[in-house]
Amino acid sequence: MEDDVILKVRDLYRTYDISGGLLRKASQLTAVKGVSFDVERGSTLAVVGESGCGKSTLARMLTMIDAQSSGEIEIDGLSIDISKTGISREMRQKVQIVFQNPYGSLNPRQKIGHVLEEPLLLNTDMPSAERRDLALEMLQKVGLQPEHYGRYPHMFSGGQRQRIAIARAIMMQPKLLVLDEPVSALDLSVQAQILNLLADLQEEMGLTYVFISHDLSVVRYIADKVMVMYFGEVVEYGTQDEVFDNPQHDYTKTLFAATPKADVESIRKRLAAKAA
Amino acid sequence: MPLLEIRSLRVAFDTAKGPFKALDGVDYTVDAGEVLAIVGESGSGKSVAMLATMGLLPDSATITADKMDFEGIDLRTLSAKERRKVIGKDISMIFQEPIASLNPCFTVGFQLGETLKVHTDLKGRQIRDRSIELLTDVGIPDPAGRIDAFPHQMSGGQCQRVMIAMAIACAPKLLIADEPTTALDVTIQKQILDLLVQLQQDSGMGLIMITHDMGVVAETADRVIVQYKGRKMEEADVLSLFENPQSPYTRALLSALPENATGDRLPTVSDFAEAGGF
Amino acid sequence: MTNSSPAAKADTAKLEAESRNATKAQFAEFWYYFSQNKGAVIGLAIFALLVVMAVFAPVLAPHDPDVQYRDSFLAPPIWQEGGKAAFLLGTDWVGRDILSRIIYGARYSLGIAVMVVIFSVTTGVCLGLLAGYMRGVVDVVIMRIMDIILSFPALLLALVLAVILQPGLKSAMFAISIVLLPHFVRLTRAAVLSERSRDYVVAARIAGAGHIRLMFTTILPNCLAPLIVQATLSFSNAILDVAALGFLGMGAQPPTPEWGTMLAEAREFILRAWWVVTFPGLAILITVLAINLVGDGLRDALDPKLKRS
Repeated sequence: MEDDVILKVRDLYRTYDISGGLLRKASQLTAVKGVSFDVERGSTLAVVGESGCGKSTLARMLTMIDAQSSGEIEIDGLSIDISKTGISREMRQKVQIVFQNPYGSLNPRQKIGHVLEEPLLLNTDMPSAERRDLALEMLQKVGLQPEHYGRYPHMFSGGQRQRIAIARAIMMQPKLLVLDEPVSALDLSVQAQILNLLADLQEEMGLTYVFISHDLSVVRYIADKVMVMYFGEVVEYGTQDEVFDNPQHDYTKTLFAATPKADVESIRKRLAAKAA
Repeated sequence: MPLLEIRSLRVAFDTAKGPFKALDGVDYTVDAGEVLAIVGESGSGKSVAMLATMGLLPDSATITADKMDFEGIDLRTLSAKERRKVIGKDISMIFQEPIASLNPCFTVGFQLGETLKVHTDLKGRQIRDRSIELLTDVGIPDPAGRIDAFPHQMSGGQCQRVMIAMAIACAPKLLIADEPTTALDVTIQKQILDLLVQLQQDSGMGLIMITHDMGVVAETADRVIVQYKGRKMEEADVLSLFENPQSPYTRALLSALPENATGDRLPTVSDFAEAGGF
Repeated sequence: MTNSSPAAKADTAKLEAESRNATKAQFAEFWYYFSQNKGAVIGLAIFALLVVMAVFAPVLAPHDPDVQYRDSFLAPPIWQEGGKAAFLLGTDWVGRDILSRIIYGARYSLGIAVMVVIFSVTTGVCLGLLAGYMRGVVDVVIMRIMDIILSFPALLLALVLAVILQPGLKSAMFAISIVLLPHFVRLTRAAVLSERSRDYVVAARIAGAGHIRLMFTTILPNCLAPLIVQATLSFSNAILDVAALGFLGMGAQPPTPEWGTMLAEAREFILRAWWVVTFPGLAILITVLAINLVGDGLRDALDPKLKRS
């Protein structure tokens, strides 16, 4: 599947206006500054960076929540510029998002079945029985039970909620899934389950992932390509091995150095240093 | 004599579905100059134990313990007033959300000064001098200028530094850090952890790190308690815990770390739960 | 797509049962937190009694509220010297049974309050949703109008409106609704503002939900908790305001047995016959107190729930 590029981003900018107050002048903040990258079909691009680096802004543009200020986004051959063309059903079916916080991303007053059926209800003319069957099928696919269909989100654990959020995202059979820190709010053991689930789904449905994360160990595990962002700019972009084995930019190096190491060797070294 | 010694601590909460056992007979001991990490996932009761010790749990919690001694003082029998004397001076605590832990209406200097006013005999100018000194200790750049800043004018990492400054203001004998770096970026996390460990080594106080992050444990702890669903799974020094974990749950946790992944799939805790029977 | 097989049909019943259980569990939890507040339960019991009283007034009332018994003007309550067994709480100056008038009065007071609250809640919620969701000019216009309404003393505004629209029950109700309106608008707007940027709203937007759906199906149900509490408290406010307007002669007109009007009519007999004012007054007091207690309980039951989810 060489050169089968599903997501093409060129020179993307996003500028926010900060409205001035009585004593302050209005100013502008550029959250994403000229980002370009390609993602191949069925692969995973990890976007790494710390808070304020523009990675979530990027996710919002890719998923058509916000419009770009300038630059091109092309998903599966479809050019995306919602400020000019608006959003069509076709565009909506291409890309979906999974949010970081599974406690905030599900409507507390909506039963799970309705959560899953909402995209179908709004975008297709499917009869309700069929919608329900599809929702049940999807529940099973993400490792939940049919009896969960009628329950409210607060009856689920964080990991289960994230499964529901993933099920909702793939209801429309999207090509591209943007995962905005999907496991950083979860416990370690649950994180492993969700990462496994994502890997399974990718294989089964041929999904392409843009995986946004600040956790390098997760990125190392899941990514094919890695893009490091720093203050809205891409400072490092390459295959996983290239970036992890031979980081070029100072910031990437700092990031690696700061990541806690949980291997026995590092602990020994630390304890020795402390005893000295 | 250990600094803090708790025997068989039980905490239960009243809920709509009947009492919920958050902690079921767990022992804790901390010595002076020691870093104890309490690690566990959500629902393991890792925070509850220390909140119970500090007397910070809501009324719906029932707390029982066979022993709860701090420096030989029985915390269970203390009145609210006596407890306040101990807590905040000899034991202090920092929390996960640094920005939410500071009062947005007052400058950090004022809030730091309040702590000093309550627990020390310092007055007026001395308080300000001591506050600046503390801010210097926790690595705030330009402390004399930042002392009059409001919390919202500072970054999350700096707010956490201020919280640490408040916590060590009265030279506590025990500092409890409840997920102190969870809300922070990795690079900031590194700085805060280094700061905490350095302060601990300089002052010789006891430090309890409550965390869910095995990396944080590996980087800071001397001794580790692993908790799961309100029970203690394992207690060991940090090296033997990572080198040769005894409990199946600890093994499960360690192998679920993505950096330890060997095959295509990550082993999950439930894979181990069946075999290990916890 | 999987077609509905017999097995799937059997599942349907199970699914629906499960769904009902979830709804039931939701209610059970609500009731647990509500019943923790003893005052609220007592308030609810009293309120239920009042409702029963209003509904079955013709059965419960010993006399017709408008019949004047010429042989017993200002008869004192039964336990006082000169009291008559036929008139438990005595009679007023034209010989009408006070107890019966209070029982019938509950119909007016509760009925008026219900209408007033329904009107101001629906209008207020719609305006608040619009303001909070649309922001911009719509927000500014709506909120400034609400500020203007709020800047008048409530009763004075109601009085002026009632006078302009001719004194009477209908205009009193309308006036009170207008006075209560800004509270609902502000509350809804505040709730919408905090909810609209939450991830689940964004998720619904990505799913393709339009503005109307987002406002009413996605956001509104999550703003209801504070609104329900406010509606309860407004209910008691409405009863008080209706009574006040009635007392000032701008609400229900005599001989309607509305509690406030009863008070007004009895004004000149206060010194001679304490019961003509005391009992309607007590009725208002007990009703308002009961409803406020219920409101407190609702706040306890609904607010922490919001924080947990």
